[in-house]
This record gives sequence, C-alpha cells and structure tokens, in this order.
Amino acid sequence: MKIRNQRDFGAGIMYMVIGLFFAIIARQYQYGTAAKMGPGYFPFWLGMLMAAIGLLVLVRSMNAKAAIETIPKFNWRIILQITGAVVLYGLLLPRMGFLVAVVVLVFVAASASKEFTWKGTAINAAFLVTFTYSVFVVGLKLQFPLLPVFLQQ
Amino acid sequence: MDLFANLALGFDTAFTLQNLLYCLIGCVLGTLIGVLPGLGPIATIAMLLPATYALPPIAALIMLAGIYYGSQYGGSTTAILLNIPGETSSVVTAIDGYQMARNGRAGVALFTAGTASFFAGCVATLILAAFAAPLSQLAFKFGPAEYFSLMVLGLIGAVVLASGSLIKAIGMIILGLLMGLIGTDVNSGVSRYAFDIPELSDGIGFVAVAMGVFGFAEIMGNLEKTGDDEGFLNKLTTMVPTKTDLKRMIPSILRGTTIGSILGILPGGGAALAAFGAYSVEKKSSKYSHEFGKGAIEGVAGPEAANNAAAQTSFIPLLTLGIPPNAVMALMVGAMTIHNIQPGPQVMTSNPALFWGLIASMWIGNVMLILLNLPLIGIWVKLLKIPYRFLYPAILVFCCIGVYTVNNTVFDVYVTAGFGLIGYLFFKLGCEPPPLLLGFVLGPMMEENFRRALLLSRGDFTTFLTRPLSLGLLIAAALLVVIVALPAVKKTREEAFAEED
Repeated sequence: MKIRNQRDFGAGIMYMVIGLFFAIIARQYQYGTAAKMGPGYFPFWLGMLMAAIGLLVLVRSMNAKAAIETIPKFNWRIILQITGAVVLYGLLLPRMGFLVAVVVLVFVAASASKEFTWKGTAINAAFLVTFTYSVFVVGLKLQFPLLPVFLQQ
Repeated sequence: MDLFANLALGFDTAFTLQNLLYCLIGCVLGTLIGVLPGLGPIATIAMLLPATYALPPIAALIMLAGIYYGSQYGGSTTAILLNIPGETSSVVTAIDGYQMARNGRAGVALFTAGTASFFAGCVATLILAAFAAPLSQLAFKFGPAEYFSLMVLGLIGAVVLASGSLIKAIGMIILGLLMGLIGTDVNSGVSRYAFDIPELSDGIGFVAVAMGVFGFAEIMGNLEKTGDDEGFLNKLTTMVPTKTDLKRMIPSILRGTTIGSILGILPGGGAALAAFGAYSVEKKSSKYSHEFGKGAIEGVAGPEAANNAAAQTSFIPLLTLGIPPNAVMALMVGAMTIHNIQPGPQVMTSNPALFWGLIASMWIGNVMLILLNLPLIGIWVKLLKIPYRFLYPAILVFCCIGVYTVNNTVFDVYVTAGFGLIGYLFFKLGCEPPPLLLGFVLGPMMEENFRRALLLSRGDFTTFLTRPLSLGLLIAAALLVVIVALPAVKKTREEAFAEED
C-alpha cells in the first residue's frame, strides 16, 4: 500500500477526525429513540457517516489507480500575516477603537504582499479609514467603539 | 378575469410619485450597501428597517422590497468581482462568475447576472400575481417527510457544484450539515458543540463562514502565487456579450426562472435550493459542461435567474399564508406588524391596494434595478483595475467591519479568521467549499424535519418511502446520483482505454 494521492489522503484523515469528533461529543447528549429523538441522535449518525466517507476517501487515495497528487506547500508567513491581521483587528477594536484597528489591519495585511511599500500602504490606509468611517459610522450610523478606551470620557 | 383589474389597482397604487420615489431609494440603498462584502440582504434590511417606521405602510413595504432586491443585486456583484458571496444563493454565482471575472469577462458576467435577474423577476412577479392563491396550496402538500426528501435531493444536487472528486464533495456537504448543528437544539434547548462559549450557543453565522472560507482563503491563495498581481486585471473586455454568449445564456435563464419560481414557494430551504438546483441542471444539461467551474456563462445566468425568481415567489407563502419562508421574509413580517398589518390570506381581501401595490412595485423595482445597474457595471469593473496589493487589504477591512456589524461582537471576527484557515486547508487538500455552505444552511432544517417526520410516523423509517411525494423526491435523488456518477465512470474507462493505446 502506498499513498498515491496525498491530497485525498489528507482530506480522508480530516473527514474522519471531524466525523469522529462530532459523533463522540454527540454521545454526551441524550440519544432518545427514533420516534422521540434526543439532541444526540442526528449528530451521532451524521458524524459516523462523515467518518465512513473519510475512510472511503482514505482507502481510495491508496488505490493503485489513484492519481498521483501531492499537497502543495503551506506558506506559513502569509497565513500568519493575514490571519494575524484579522485577529489583531478583533483584539484592538474594543480596546483601541475603530480607527486604530483599521489602520493596523491594513498595515499588517499589506505587509504580506511582495510589493509592499510604506508610502502606498499609508495612502491606502488613510483612504480606507476615511471611506469606512463615512460609510459605516456617519452614513449607516452603526455603533463602533471609535476611540481608544483611555481617550473616552 | 380579475387579474387585470387587480394589476391595474396595483399599478395605480404603486405609480404615485411618493411610492416610486421610495422604491427608487430602496433599490439604490440596497444596491450600495449590498455591494459591500459581508452585508447581505438580511443585514441590509435589518439595518434600514428603522428608517421605514415613519412611512405609510404601503410606502414602507415597497421601500423594503426595493432594499431586498437591491441588496441581492449588490451581493451578486461582490460574488462575481471578489469571490465573496454575501448570502447563500450568491455562493453559486461566485463559482463561475468569479472565474469569468478572472478571464477578463467581469463585465459580461455582471451584465448576464443583471439581465437574468431582471427577466426572472418580471416573470416571477406575473406568476405571483396570477397564481398566488393556488400555488400556496403546494406548500400545504409538503409535510416533514417531503421536506426532508426535498433537502436530500437538493444536497445530492449540490454535489454537482464541485468539479473535482464526487465523494469528497459529499464529505463537504456532511461537514456543512454538522457545522449547521452547532448551537442550541430547538427541540430540547440543549446547547450542542458550544463548549460553554456563550457566543456559540446561537450557532455560527453564515457570513462568518462564507467570508472566511471564500474571501480570506482566496486572498491567502492569491498572495502565494508570484506575479499574479496584475494577472487578471489587464485583460478586461467590454460588458457586451457576444452572439454565442446570448445563445448560451437565454435557455439557461428560462430554465433558471422556472426552477426558481417553483422552489421559491416552499418555505425553508426553497430559495437557497433554487440557485443550487439551477446550477446542477445547467451543468448536467449543457454541452459545455467541461467549462463549468472555469467561467461558464450558463453557471451565472441560470442560478441568478433562479435566485431572483425565488426571491419574488417567496412572497407567496408570506402574503397568502402568513408564513415567512426565510429570514428576510421574517423581517418583512416584522415590518408589516409594525404597521398593523397581519400577514396572511386576509391581506388580499381586506387590503387589496396594499397587496397588489406591493406586487406592482416588485416589477417597478426590477425595472429600476436594471436601469440603475447596467451603467454601474462599468464602475464596478473598474474596481478590478486597482492593483491587488491595495485591493486585498480593502477586502479584509470591509469583511472585518461587515462581520462585526452582524452581531456587534468581535467573536465573529475571530470565527471568520478561523474559517479563513480552514478554507486554506480545504484549498490545499482539494476540497471544494460551495457544497459545504449549502449543507450548513440546510443542516438545522433537515434535522428538524427528519425528527418531526419520524415523530409523526412513530419511529417508522419507511415513512419517507410510503408517502408518494417523498418517494418521488428520493427516486429523483437516486437518479441524480446515477447521472452524476456515470460520467466519472465513463471518464475513467476512457482514460484506461487511452492508456492502452
């Protein structure tokens, strides 16, 4: 047995892990009977079905006729910068306010590009802050914490 | 025939300067807000609902209906240009629409979406006017067993959305169903898979999943590629479709309109299933089926027509039975009750001016939208000329703000970031996300109808087979599996023969 299709192999493992996870947790909820199902009935069987499909995908990835595919490399720097920028926005919004959060988001995210320049990003950030502020805060009157906590009265 | 008298009354009501103005304001606001990533029809209507409190009832409903269509148009625009669907039905538009945009045919894609929606909207409005009462009886024929079987059929159909492996697509559907179950169980009140996180007890938001899996993952995928920055931005062509384009889109629009009009009437997943169903039909019936997923015009025309037709006919259960078939219609019920109108069969008889006025304004709204949007296409397409290094931070900013405004909580921002990672993993493993989103939307409804059907049959699983309508739907689902599986079988055989040569 040889893993011919790495991508399917990975997907099969992922499906099995997720399916079993849902099925095992579902055991904690009341199962009930077919006529009077508890909250655990449907998720348990759905989880088992998912795990079964995962197994099938896994087995087929080792089939002698499976197409040879490798999992493309993960670019961890980009993942970290983009996800990090969004998480930073979430952390900063309630503490430092809308304006700071948007500027930080733009700078951290833009630095993931190979063509990053400080000047271009600063212009972009200024434009986006002005635009979103006038659309969301002034125009649509949505509630945001605007200024950092220490500047609010 | 009362139809013409009724329609005349409707146009009489709608064609006052005041009502036309509110219809226009609604369409404009809806389009402009709907085009912002992350703000779909539900968010847009919820946001603008208070603005209509002070209006007379008819004007308020006309304006809300305008907002609804406008935001749907706007949502398709972001789906096509940026691959960020704001609601369930534009997930389907994004598949081929975004690919068309990447091929430099963004203008044609937007034009197709616009005309398909317009045509479907006009036809469905006529259907609504002529058959509102008899069609609402169809919804009565659907018990829980039928709904469950319909959803099975819809989900099997969603498999066609994926262009890769069949079995992996089924896995994604089930994953979506499972994710849809997160949150409080409506029957027992038990909080499932929430792990004592209060924000999770309401379930995960559709917007967070869609933006993470599509928008964020797409950005990370694009940034990895080198020299892609100018890639699809420079070969922009006109918005005028060629003769072949027209020839290919017209039958798709007709089929999409039919599918959408019928499915829109069904409460629950009807409108969402319509776009997915239309896509499946197009992909299976087209002789260009190899182009699907790579920018086939039918993949935009069919689902957009279905989506808009369903948006119109989903008013039928609301206006005739008082049952809101989806979240948007539930908001409309809220708006009606604020104005002291009890939605239901009596609206048609006790308040005919309102009923027919609303129907007439739907048609007017569609005309306004096409007039408004055709000139706007040029502007939207220019957005793609913005270099990617400026565009993607802007997309992130809009997504972050949009997802925050849905519930006013940063928790949703983190959920979106998490789904961005998951979407990236899917991308690397070759798992396609569109089927996941349909499963996600239908999950709770499917469980509820499954449980209800078995409760009614006292635990007898054959109930799905003994009820004729349910059996018919399941047979259709089984046939669909065969049809979907056959080309794959044939293809591998062809490949095997090719190797022998």
